[in-house]
Amino acid sequence: MNRFAELLDRLSYEPGRNNKLRLITNYFRETGDPDRGYALAALTGALSFKHAKPGLIRDLIAERTDPTLFALSYDYVGDLSETVALMWPKNSERHLHNNPPPPTLTEVVAKLRTLGKAEMPKQLSRWLDDLDETGRWALLKLVTGAMRIGISARLAKTAAAALGDKDAHDVELIWPGLTAPYLDLFAWLEGRGEKPVNLDPAPFRPVMLAHAIEDADFANLDAADYIAEWKWDGIRVQAVSGRDARGNMLARLYSRSGEDITASFPDLLPSLHLSGAIDGELLVVRDGRVQSFNVLQQRLNRKVVSPKLIKDYPIHLRAYDLLGEGESDLRTLPFAERRARLEAFVARLGESRVDLSPTIAFENWEALAAARHDPYAAGAGDDSEAVEGVMLKRRDALYLPGRPRGQWWKWKRDPHVIDAVLMYAQRGHGKRSSYYSDYTFGVWTDAEGSEQLVPVGKAYFGFTDEELLQIDRFVRRNTTEKFGPVRHVVHAPDQGLVMEVAFEGLQRSTRHKSGVAMRFPRINRLRWDKPPREADRLETLERLLKDTAPVEAPGSGSH
Amino acid sequence: MRPQDILTPQPAGLCCKPGGFHIDPVKPVERAVITHGHSDHARPGHGAVLATQETLDMMRLRYGENFARTTQAIAYGEELRLGEVTVKFHPAGHVLGSAQIAVTCGDTRIVASGDYKDAPDPTCTPLEVVACDVFITEATFGLPVFRHGDAADQVKKLLSSVKLFPERAHLVGAYSLGKAQRVIALLRAAGYDAPIYLHGAMEKITLYYQSRGIELGELRPVRGVKKVDLAGTITLAPPSATSDVWTRRFPDPLTAFASGWMRVRARARQGGIELPLVISDHADWDGLTATIAATGAGEIWVTHGQEDALVRWCTTKGLSARPLDLVGYGDEDGGEDEATALGEGSEA
Repeated sequence: MNRFAELLDRLSYEPGRNNKLRLITNYFRETGDPDRGYALAALTGALSFKHAKPGLIRDLIAERTDPTLFALSYDYVGDLSETVALMWPKNSERHLHNNPPPPTLTEVVAKLRTLGKAEMPKQLSRWLDDLDETGRWALLKLVTGAMRIGISARLAKTAAAALGDKDAHDVELIWPGLTAPYLDLFAWLEGRGEKPVNLDPAPFRPVMLAHAIEDADFANLDAADYIAEWKWDGIRVQAVSGRDARGNMLARLYSRSGEDITASFPDLLPSLHLSGAIDGELLVVRDGRVQSFNVLQQRLNRKVVSPKLIKDYPIHLRAYDLLGEGESDLRTLPFAERRARLEAFVARLGESRVDLSPTIAFENWEALAAARHDPYAAGAGDDSEAVEGVMLKRRDALYLPGRPRGQWWKWKRDPHVIDAVLMYAQRGHGKRSSYYSDYTFGVWTDAEGSEQLVPVGKAYFGFTDEELLQIDRFVRRNTTEKFGPVRHVVHAPDQGLVMEVAFEGLQRSTRHKSGVAMRFPRINRLRWDKPPREADRLETLERLLKDTAPVEAPGSGSH
Repeated sequence: MRPQDILTPQPAGLCCKPGGFHIDPVKPVERAVITHGHSDHARPGHGAVLATQETLDMMRLRYGENFARTTQAIAYGEELRLGEVTVKFHPAGHVLGSAQIAVTCGDTRIVASGDYKDAPDPTCTPLEVVACDVFITEATFGLPVFRHGDAADQVKKLLSSVKLFPERAHLVGAYSLGKAQRVIALLRAAGYDAPIYLHGAMEKITLYYQSRGIELGELRPVRGVKKVDLAGTITLAPPSATSDVWTRRFPDPLTAFASGWMRVRARARQGGIELPLVISDHADWDGLTATIAATGAGEIWVTHGQEDALVRWCTTKGLSARPLDLVGYGDEDGGEDEATALGEGSEA
């Protein structure tokens, strides 16, 4: 448990993806079976046991400490698990008994699986007695089910794969057939065993991805070779159904990286009653109309999928490819043939929750450009708000994993662009910790009769390394006030830095003073030439909002 | 004489009227008795200064020859009559030369402990518990969540990181007087024998430690070293420098910070620290309470830090306790740019 606790501790402070990978891989290398397997399960969210409630932990600490001292400590630390981990008193009896070794992760996981509710307090306090500060912190994170250390299941699998110089994809493909503590997986990764076989009746297939198209590319492409579709602003998924050994139909939903997300969308499963593998987009459709990504976001990353959530955010699958049907693998067929099979498959399915992503008829690139410019008029109709561009797929393209050149292209709509004024800057993390790299920018508005800048967003990328140096220098030289790590940067009509900010969409927000929140904002370029007085106004943004429904719940960030 | 008439808090600091001096005054006074060399305790501009030789040397290094009109060195265990009182210096285990000051008037003894720790430290004389009637304790880490643990384990953590990331430079933020030298000594004790690099602000004081016979191995100024040559190395720097443009001379720097504050995760994150090292030159909660109990004092005065919790603990143990209203301590380093991001009392 201590070694796992050390790992979690390090990961919780490490901002860099590659460094996180190295820490996890190193842990897998240094830690034996079965502990590392349970660690992998913990990191991928594959452990299941009844979680301890915060109330239980409060009770345990209340029995052992002065309530005033606990209150002062909790107030200072701000996190229950951490406070308890730090102030848990040393058990003097324990030292009389010759310091029993701290529990291993395997022991903890095994016990947690079988432990009755009544036995929990006693067991938990015994472990807390035997562990040190970091060990107690990790244990409490684990038992309360609140790990939150910024590690995705994908990252953990990538780290495991690196143990055997394998690709994360290879692990992803066999993952559904594996169970903790993954002895066969580690044996294969360390070259001691055969590659585990995925016997799952509804396996994931590695996805095919598109290249972003550039203007220059069109010169070499013949419009007749391509089929065009709308690019939907939803979530790419693979919906797979198959019969298990006993003949029961089983359906699974995978993310584009192969994570099993079935549990989040129980309402879609009954519609997947034919054996096959659909590649498509997950969308929310209300009253026959596809909702924007902002609305879809309300259904993502929910621990509990309530009946109300299902009713208010009806989930829908828009199909654009068929990778398998019954026993046959269709990936070696040209796209045009797969498309025909897909159309027949969706018709046979006969489910309103699953429909075809329509193709766009076009004679030449100019016609497609016009459709991309105005999806509403080009057939997307009321769904056009959820269109983020067009997709081009070669008629003869086989379904190849990864991003093969020249087969699929994405042609996104142009982003919105505004000129905003830099207002505050904050230091970044990791490599960027000596740079002011996180920027809050604002636009002009009339507040009680005077012109004022109101913050409309934050961005921390989009600029080049050279531009970062320039902005950093500007921030340091033009700081008017400091609040901890935040610098207040000069922003007056004649003084300040104008940044051209690009973003994908806008939504109303009750959290921001300006009333708007941007999606995926980034610094497009620096307008050293432009005085701040000429930057954009809030009214410009408000005009963009006019059709968007308000969204109250948090989740305005990028995806 | 009542204890509060022997030592009285005043705006200039703790005043001993019957002895005619102040202890660690924050404003210039005629006669100052100083516990240790940290700049919140040892300030320039006093008339006469009484302190250990090391503390006087450090003040000289920091403030120049004329930091006081006259100085007098006193050794641990040496007793001196000042007016109606006697003062005696005892090791505080905080940094090199740090002392607790026992003030005896009639049959009442008060110990002003300054800053202290009971953890082992190869760079200074260990804390001596002094029996007294009134014990004046600091409370920098006066909350039961502060358990510093074994500093050697923290250094192990640093060394395993250096091993795992050999292409990166490890920057260890550490207060330049005491903490830096202790971290170096701990690294040496853990068997690390490569050269250790120093930020310019650390050089003088570290050299002074070496001149007092403290073994720190091979040290090099980081100034002028090529970027590529700093991969896989350890550099010690004042905490404020680790988030400064100064760090751009290092290849992919990994920022560590050695401080008792690193025990609390929010504090470490706030400072953008990647590798928090819980190493403190102040007593932790267990150290404070154990030392208070060991002095046998019936009355405890609590100063700079988390007074409330420590006063509360004393009360539950049947000791008479009160917070002592002194201002101006614990802000060493506070004036430096960005240091505030790392929290009050960066010297902790």
